[in-house]
Amino acid sequence: MRLLALATLSLSLLAAPLAVAAGDAKHPEHQHWHWDGVFGQFDRGQLQRGFLVYKTVCAACHGMNLLSYRNLGDEGGPEFPEDAVKAIAAGYQVPSLDEDGQPAERPATPADRFKGPHPNEIAARAANNGALPPDLSVIVKARHGGADYIYALLTGYKDAPADMTMGAGMHYNPYFAGGQIAMAAPIASDDLVEYADGTKATKDQMARDVTAFLTWASEPRLEERKKLGVKVMAFTFVFALVLFMAYRRLWRDVPH
Amino acid sequence: MAGDYKYKPTNGFTRWLDSRLPIWRMVDEQVLNFPTPKNLNYWYTFGGILTLMLGVQIITGIVLAMHYTPHEKLAFDSVERIMRDVNYGWMMRYLHSNGASMFFIAVYIHMFRGLYYGSYKAPREVLWILGVIIYLLMMATAFLGYTLPWGQMSFWGATVITNFFSAIPFVGEAITQWLWGSFAVDNSTLQRFFSLHYLLPFVIAGVVILHIWALHVPGNNNPLGIDVRGPQDTVAFHPYYTVKDGFAIAVFLLLFFYFVFFNPNYLGHTDNYIPANPLVTPAHIVPEWYFLPFYAILRSVPDKLMGVILMFGSIFVLFFLPWLDTSRVRSAAFRPIYRQAFWIFVVVCLGLGWVGAQTTDYKIFDLGPKTDVVEQIVEKAKADNVTGQALEAVRTQAEEQNRRAFDATDLGRILTILYFAFFLIAIPLIGVVETPKALPRSISEAVLAHGGSSQPARPQGAHA
Repeated sequence: MRLLALATLSLSLLAAPLAVAAGDAKHPEHQHWHWDGVFGQFDRGQLQRGFLVYKTVCAACHGMNLLSYRNLGDEGGPEFPEDAVKAIAAGYQVPSLDEDGQPAERPATPADRFKGPHPNEIAARAANNGALPPDLSVIVKARHGGADYIYALLTGYKDAPADMTMGAGMHYNPYFAGGQIAMAAPIASDDLVEYADGTKATKDQMARDVTAFLTWASEPRLEERKKLGVKVMAFTFVFALVLFMAYRRLWRDVPH
Repeated sequence: MAGDYKYKPTNGFTRWLDSRLPIWRMVDEQVLNFPTPKNLNYWYTFGGILTLMLGVQIITGIVLAMHYTPHEKLAFDSVERIMRDVNYGWMMRYLHSNGASMFFIAVYIHMFRGLYYGSYKAPREVLWILGVIIYLLMMATAFLGYTLPWGQMSFWGATVITNFFSAIPFVGEAITQWLWGSFAVDNSTLQRFFSLHYLLPFVIAGVVILHIWALHVPGNNNPLGIDVRGPQDTVAFHPYYTVKDGFAIAVFLLLFFYFVFFNPNYLGHTDNYIPANPLVTPAHIVPEWYFLPFYAILRSVPDKLMGVILMFGSIFVLFFLPWLDTSRVRSAAFRPIYRQAFWIFVVVCLGLGWVGAQTTDYKIFDLGPKTDVVEQIVEKAKADNVTGQALEAVRTQAEEQNRRAFDATDLGRILTILYFAFFLIAIPLIGVVETPKALPRSISEAVLAHGGSSQPARPQGAHA
């Protein structure tokens, strides 16, 4: 009885966040990800490919204002070489001031934030049929289901069921709450990008790669966190063991 | 109860200090050699765990405050900046956010332990009341802290909770605006919440000192619930309980670190990674898991003011617990009826937590069609000259669309009644009607009766 109650306690503690899943949307299937599990780390090549997909496809509408170009070279991330990071940054023009203090533009440096596609929210909505494309900096942490959800959403576009009335300019996606999403299928055909490493850019491959990239962007310290976590857990476990033996030794002669 | 033990300074310096500031005497008598019942089980280690967690929260919180910006336009990004650019900032932040959850797990176990072993009864009423005050302060602190990242749940949680006060007749609106510092939850609210979030933990630390003081006057309760008779019943706190608590703390830390390093956002809500937007209400506003039972009580009452009163009442009833209990026996180990009521109460609390996480119309059981509504629709169809198969189709559709259900709110109401019934009916009544089992004469006698082996001896039912 007591054990049962205890088990219920621990289960309900763990189940509480799960119980508030988003209403009517289809639940995303679990995918195998390279960073799954205690020892899981990112696949460097996948992050680099994912960045290319973001840059070519997503960045047309979605900003990532918490990231700087330098982050692309950070340890635990895509780890582009320094030259490549500089070259990527230099491909963007950012606002600046000239020698006379007048507004001007200059090529971005690795220290600059990712340049967004729209100057402000009104412009973003105007360009997108009234919808606001969310910033993708923390998108994987901000959606129930995380990476599985992002992948399911990207690959889940279908024709709307016959009995469903779609709003003007809306697209059917069973994984999106309500089923109607303003974003058109972003990865609608193969070969939207050409991968430098020769990987074939199928729709599925691009969706997986960009999901990996977005996961890193949401949790750029994931690798550092897991690596340190393994050490901390191992230490704490041994420490607990030592304390337990000390406890047994100490209490051996005390009737209690 | 501090026993016959008296500290004796051993050298010139300690003798000199002892007559000026007897701080080492206090440490020696109140910590190192404090006589502690020798039969405390692992449920008694949570006080130590809680003290540690308070320390963890204060230290990580001070570091976070060095990098955090309490401003509606900057708070969200500043938290993310901590996670990205501050050295080990991600660790500080995840320790702090998961630390709050672990703090509550520990405090709930600590409180249930007190309920089970009757630790609130004379002469420990003040100890218990101070504990309830700490718990209230913890809830306030956790709520204030949850608003600081200024995500969607921060903002809307703050809106919902502060709106409780608007239920107060006549002055409700004025009080709510005074709390906000504005006419809505906005930047002034965030800044004062940050200020108070930094203040309250030190208030908690102060009350914790009083709590430990109030513990050290009567001494620890124990799983047998009987008084210590003499030195044969106790051991020195150090090293016996420092090591035992230390082991329990290490095991607790394993759970804590699992969340911090491998599943840091599991206990949180994804919507809080969406920056606060006063124009967009989230589909479901849910508090953090540790508030869910109270949220369920609030929502189970149709009237707002009554709901708020009942919700606060569910905590305030704890203040009266020492006088609601009519039994002179402390430990549930010797109280067969109370023991069952206790476990039902645990299940009720867990059930309320589950209800709090559901939408109010979440269907648990289907109870068939609403016959009266269906008949009305059928009658209307008949009046419109619908007959035969078409009429049957109307009936079938009406039955599908109009169903009675036993939903989350219904369950919440039953559990709310049971929650209060436990304190207001079960506890006073059981003490009168129950025949407790015979109590052992002393702790050491009970221990020796169980063979006095190195196996932890516990009376039947005392282990859990």
